[in-house]
Amino acid sequence: MSEDNKKPEPKGAIGRFLASPPDSVGKTLFTAVTVCLVASMVVSAAAVALRPTQEVNALKDKRVNILQVAGIYNPDEDVLETFKAFEPHVLELDTGEFAKQFDPAEFDDRAAADDPNYSLALADDPAGIIRRGNFVTVYLLRDDAGDVDKVIMPIHGYGLWSTLYGFIAVEENGNDIFGLQFYEHAETPGLGAEVDNPRWKAQWNGKELRDESGVLQINVAKSVSPAGKEHHIDALAGATLTSNGVDNLVRFWMGEEGYAPFLENLKAGGV
Amino acid sequence: MPQTRRDMLIDPMVDNNPITLQVLGICSALAVTSSLQVALVMSIAVTLVTAFSSMFISMMRNHIPGSIRIIVQMVVIASLVILVDQVLKAYAFEISKTLSVFVGLIITNCIVMGRAEAFAMKNPPIDSFIDGIGNGLGYGLILMMVGVIRELLGSGSLFGITILETVNNGGWYVPNGLLLLPPSAFFIIGLIIWAFRAWKPDQVEEREYKIQTVEAH
Repeated sequence: MSEDNKKPEPKGAIGRFLASPPDSVGKTLFTAVTVCLVASMVVSAAAVALRPTQEVNALKDKRVNILQVAGIYNPDEDVLETFKAFEPHVLELDTGEFAKQFDPAEFDDRAAADDPNYSLALADDPAGIIRRGNFVTVYLLRDDAGDVDKVIMPIHGYGLWSTLYGFIAVEENGNDIFGLQFYEHAETPGLGAEVDNPRWKAQWNGKELRDESGVLQINVAKSVSPAGKEHHIDALAGATLTSNGVDNLVRFWMGEEGYAPFLENLKAGGV
Repeated sequence: MPQTRRDMLIDPMVDNNPITLQVLGICSALAVTSSLQVALVMSIAVTLVTAFSSMFISMMRNHIPGSIRIIVQMVVIASLVILVDQVLKAYAFEISKTLSVFVGLIITNCIVMGRAEAFAMKNPPIDSFIDGIGNGLGYGLILMMVGVIRELLGSGSLFGITILETVNNGGWYVPNGLLLLPPSAFFIIGLIIWAFRAWKPDQVEEREYKIQTVEAH
């Protein structure tokens, strides 16, 4: 914006216009339109110019979480490089088989879960997610011999304030948990947000999903259930509703409507 | 009204602090002070937005029609805030994850709007810029004071570095959970205002009423 009206003698049509009182109708419209145009150009230029960096950040953040849950994260190494150790697959939940028709690099779990053609409206919805996608992206980590070592599966569900998005890593026997981690949530800092506390997360390591008769026993609770310590995760102190949410979502995703068919398949060596 | 540019920078720290004297910008002070790192980023963001929005508004102050001046100010402020948000998402992703909602709320921070309306509309651009920096720093000063208390006593750390080993991590310190919740910032800001006014009694407002002694019947 220039300061033309400081000049003693405005010249030409533009000069006279800029020197006219700011409250005239023409000047009001002119100012409004100019300010909006300039502002929108600045904002869109920034959004377009910075989008590639932002997308890389979001992708990196998700991958760092996958690496962490699998226990192979090393801050000194390049995330995208380390991540190549994983084999992404799109999984059809109902059959527990990989769906070859989708390319894992292109597939977007969250978009698919919103698409009625690719998702299931849940009648019984303990995790509070309303719709469950029929297809999700899982990540396989193989050992040096080429056998499956761990699978990393995305999970999500409602806590107290927010939907928690995370990953669970399960060993090749389809029953032993290696780790669990949330990468996106908005639970109360200091209470529910303690789901990020490394000491709490460490509890998941080595816990078993099912007992010998195949009943899902894993639970997050204040006291040890009759099923035994190997299925028990201590609830977070002062965050009962977040703990219940985690309990519900883990049990939902490990259950029949979640990954149970896939875990069966994994146990039988079908992967 | 500050006379020199130095005064414009220094005055908003204590003598004319936007939070403690004008009691503006309280909402965001409650929201972002549970961790110092977040409070610092928020202070920097508010300082930049206040300074630049004041400068731009001051540059076009003679062309802004009175009837739509608030909207014009909002457009300038909002654009700058979106810019800050985008830059944070690109270059400080971790912080932008915790700040996301609050960065957007800088738009409604009364300090930014207050300086635009009270100062930038009547003063030249460079003065307005300095005034914006000063007020942003005044806001930041209080944020940091509140942040130190909340983070140290609430999580036993400063800037994420453990100072008091908490019980959850096998130490001795039982953190005060209240300090992690927003209402605690109210108490702390109240105490700071009290301290400031005890130190500088001319900040105390005159009472609007007088307690009178009545003869006993």
